[in-house]
Amino acid sequence: MNFSSRLLESAVDEFARLPGVGRKTALRLVLHLLNRPEAEVERFSLSMTSLRSGIRFCKVCHNISDQLVCGICTATRRDRSLVCIVEDIRDVMAIENTNQYQGVYHVLGGVISPMDGIGPSDLNIATLVERVQAGEIKEVILALSATMEGDTTIFYIYKKLKDLPVRISAIARGIAFGGELEYVDEITLGRSIATRVPYESTLMK
Amino acid sequence: MYLRKLSLLNFKNCAEAEITLSPTVNAFTGDNGAGKTNLLDAIHYLALCKSYFNPVDTQQIMQGTEFFMVQGIFERAEKEEQISCSLKKNQKKQFKRNKKEYERLADHIGLFPLVMISPYDTSIIMEGSEERRRFIDTIISQTDNRYLDGLILYNKVLANRNSLLKQISETGRYDPSLLEIYDDQLVETGQRIFGKRKKFMETFGPVFRKHYEYITGKAEDAGLTYDSALLHEDFAGLLKRSAERDRALERTTAGIHRDDLTFLIHGMPMKKFGSQGQQKSFLIALKLAQYSYLLDQKGFKPLLLLDDIFDKLDDKRTRKLMQMVSADDFGQIFITDTSRQRIERIFDEINVPVTVFDIAAGSCISHDEPR
Ligand SMILES: [Zn+2]
Repeated sequence: MNFSSRLLESAVDEFARLPGVGRKTALRLVLHLLNRPEAEVERFSLSMTSLRSGIRFCKVCHNISDQLVCGICTATRRDRSLVCIVEDIRDVMAIENTNQYQGVYHVLGGVISPMDGIGPSDLNIATLVERVQAGEIKEVILALSATMEGDTTIFYIYKKLKDLPVRISAIARGIAFGGELEYVDEITLGRSIATRVPYESTLMK
Repeated sequence: MYLRKLSLLNFKNCAEAEITLSPTVNAFTGDNGAGKTNLLDAIHYLALCKSYFNPVDTQQIMQGTEFFMVQGIFERAEKEEQISCSLKKNQKKQFKRNKKEYERLADHIGLFPLVMISPYDTSIIMEGSEERRRFIDTIISQTDNRYLDGLILYNKVLANRNSLLKQISETGRYDPSLLEIYDDQLVETGQRIFGKRKKFMETFGPVFRKHYEYITGKAEDAGLTYDSALLHEDFAGLLKRSAERDRALERTTAGIHRDDLTFLIHGMPMKKFGSQGQQKSFLIALKLAQYSYLLDQKGFKPLLLLDDIFDKLDDKRTRKLMQMVSADDFGQIFITDTSRQRIERIFDEINVPVTVFDIAAGSCISHDEPR
């Protein structure tokens, strides 16, 4: 692509870095922005800048948040003795959409997969163990995807928690056909959290 | 079960072709390089979702084009089944049965069982143990569609365990509980695959011996045994015993991924001590045993694909093979050969009708009327 302006070229380059955006699409998006009022474009770029500099990860559950501790963790009506363990923030959003869960969360930030260079220490597992050791938590619900990596992570967390005074349960899986939690429809997901079963009786030999 | 119609689009060197096949013997004749074997491979695709010769799907796309498509219309259990396989560059392979895309290819494998006999089969004797595992895995997965799932899972756990062993030695950080989890998962799936392979070999061995005796006239003593460390020790114990070595070598040294078949001739290794003739007899007996086994398990006749066997086999073995073919033990057969005259002569001698298709490069096909 030959550009008549270096400013144009640099903006196209930046958009083309985004996942799934080729140079043609990038050019279309940039030209679209050029046609908008200046104030609107300023709002757009300000929102991106403050997203990156202002965002925090809740120091309790690791969910994305504006404050040091997120809105779910500070809400008074939520049951802090019940913790749902999920892979990432998209799972939190999916479960919140069901309107059926009143507990809090713990976001791992991924699943164990040495093949991809992700070991337990790359995930928020140590802080989970600390949270449980602190004593307020009565039950943890494992809500990870039904994949081999999900299974491994569940086994691993189970090993770390099994000697602590906490009930460990798992959502009915297999509902997510080879897929991730966020793709399960809200009703099924809500029901599977409500009908969770003690972990040992289902998956361990 | 038989293939009634085959159509190709941009498949290897064939731009476009559509042929109507005979339910009995079909022969593709033409010069080397004309694309006869490609037709067999297209049929292999329809039955087993992949090429027999080349594991890289994108390399089947005709040069200068963007996709290939192979379609077949089968008759199965008195019903018409349309199977279609297509691949576009940089996209996922699409596999459809009656226009509906499969969620798991493992559900398709075994619907249309198939046996291919090809000059490339010598790799089963000459190459590493992987070839021999592939041979039995291909058979078992056609009769048990959970088998392939187990194998895929096992390989994934194995790859993760090996990566972990590498990371342990690189970082010096050792977390026994994670390794234990992989061990448990490996043992559970590995033990199950071992059980299925062992059971398969118990049935397959005698079938093989029967075919080998028929081909060689009982003059030779051939041995075929399953060789797995799990025959002597349970997998969990084996993993525990090799734990130290695994950590030193940074990979999993014991398990069903090391299984092998032992081929013997008069008690000696076939690879080293078998003559070329003995090796050929051995391979054909293996393939015919595969045919008999699938027939027995499925209750109907698999497709039999014979690639270039008249050029590569001597008269004695060819005649034996043809006698079996004519004895009505076989269903639909596909044969490639360079000489139309030879094919017509051979089948004339055993009084079996054959439909011959002349294959010429580029245009692919001209049709000889079925008899
Ligand atoms: Zn929080």
